Amino acid sequence: MSAWSPAVLEHFERPRNAGALDPADPDVGTGEVGERAHGDLIRLQVRVRDGRIAEARFKAFGCGVAIAATSLATERLLGLDLAAARALRDVELAAALALPPVKIHCSVLVEAAIRRALEDWERKQAGPAAGGPVNADEEEAPCR
Amino acid sequence: MRRPVYLDHHATTPMDPRVLEAMLPYFTEKFGNAASRSHAYGWAAERAVERAREQVAALLGAAPQELVFTSGATEADNLALKGALELYTQRGDHVVTVATEHKAVLDTCAWLERSGRARVTYLRPRPDGLLDLDAVAAAIEPRTVLVAVMAANNEVGVLQPLAELGALCHERGVLFFTDAAQALGKVPLDVEAQRIDLLACTAHKLYGPKGAGALFVRRRDPRVRLAPQQHGGGHERGMRSGTLDVPAIVGFGAACALAQEEMAAEAARVGALRDRLWEGLRSRLDGLVLNGHPERRLPGNLNVSFVGVEGEALMMGMRDLAVSSGSACTSATLEPSYVLRALGVHEELAHTSIRFGLGRFTTTEEVDFAVETTVRAVERLRALSPLWPPAGAPSPGPAGAVAAGEPGP
Repeated sequence: MSAWSPAVLEHFERPRNAGALDPADPDVGTGEVGERAHGDLIRLQVRVRDGRIAEARFKAFGCGVAIAATSLATERLLGLDLAAARALRDVELAAALALPPVKIHCSVLVEAAIRRALEDWERKQAGPAAGGPVNADEEEAPCR
Repeated sequence: MRRPVYLDHHATTPMDPRVLEAMLPYFTEKFGNAASRSHAYGWAAERAVERAREQVAALLGAAPQELVFTSGATEADNLALKGALELYTQRGDHVVTVATEHKAVLDTCAWLERSGRARVTYLRPRPDGLLDLDAVAAAIEPRTVLVAVMAANNEVGVLQPLAELGALCHERGVLFFTDAAQALGKVPLDVEAQRIDLLACTAHKLYGPKGAGALFVRRRDPRVRLAPQQHGGGHERGMRSGTLDVPAIVGFGAACALAQEEMAAEAARVGALRDRLWEGLRSRLDGLVLNGHPERRLPGNLNVSFVGVEGEALMMGMRDLAVSSGSACTSATLEPSYVLRALGVHEELAHTSIRFGLGRFTTTEEVDFAVETTVRAVERLRALSPLWPPAGAPSPGPAGAVAAGEPGP
């Protein structure tokens, strides 16, 4: 395996926004993707205030690139309005981190986590009965 | 201290400077072809090869004529399996081996199956990695030609009971083949006492050069015969044609001679360093699982799962250490280490495993540095992990309670 890009190492060594928000908070959306048996599990959370991402947090069990990509995603999400947050794509993350083809799946997984977190938040806005975090309920491409 | 600290001695070992010194003349003034019978250049090369043959044989308790030099253990594995199955078609077409063997054995067995040359039974070891002798006995059929069980595992370092396996195979009239690539020079081997019929080994795992290996082929009781797999010139008594790599073979011999002299002391020293590493880790970290048998393992081997931390991320977090992981994150398949899976280690835990391999030149300072580096990286990554602390276990308990045990002295 070749050496990692400075951007990967930077986010891996100094991850942004590591931690957790209360998943029961009505303003918080939680997205969890991956499968621990496959060696990757990403939990990404956003707090939406006035239609913008006011806070983002993550926890990740996975390879260093998965950690770096999730960290980068939280950094990019902060301050975005919902439309822009939904439009954040895996290719942007992969390009910013100069990921080799074998690691593109990591950024794909992170995009899925963002989508799930936003969907969870939207569901909460739709009504209290629809609450609860969205978990990995469909087969995700493993991070490799 | 040179960084990254090299703790991957199962992959390969640095060459001992004394080995290099022995080899050097055979690149330059003693460049002859060992097969040249007509002049002094050839004679000198042949003498050197025969001396090396004696040195390798001595470490195995074998006769020099029982050794066939190859390019390495993979070639020796191929020659043993394909050569025996081709020659003993009258006797049978069945092989017994283990799911934790090296790919050089497993892939060769798969080829034998695919090409219709053999049927293969793959035994699963016990959770500690040791093979159940009764399972081997039960797997031997009337048409079994050979039992292939590695001496020491390359991932978890587990040492199989060679003498018991050899006695069993001898009693049942089947050949006993062992891949001793990891074991040679680290633990005592004796083809007579252990009743080994075929043994594959390689120089670069015991501080010799890459590119030289050997297959031991028993000459008496029983006389083992093989169909050669490489033709052209009849070198190595027809078993392996091709001009001998004289400098590498000289290095192989020198490495074996050094191992014979220093193995006992080195095993004690490296084993103590390995224990220091394990003690250092488990005194400071919870949620460690030792993979493989706590005592019956190579002195330099430590294979640990770090609950909640993916192995590749951990390696990225400790780039000052050269180690390897059972994680599959970069491998072509999704499966983590097949060896750990065969031991029944849960997939998730297999993804969190790190193999530390200590060796001849590992120092106490390096081990202490490895402990510090590993502890720091694990703590940092666990703080990021959604799987730490483990659900339903707010205090995961001391490592000793989770670990299968601890390495012996």
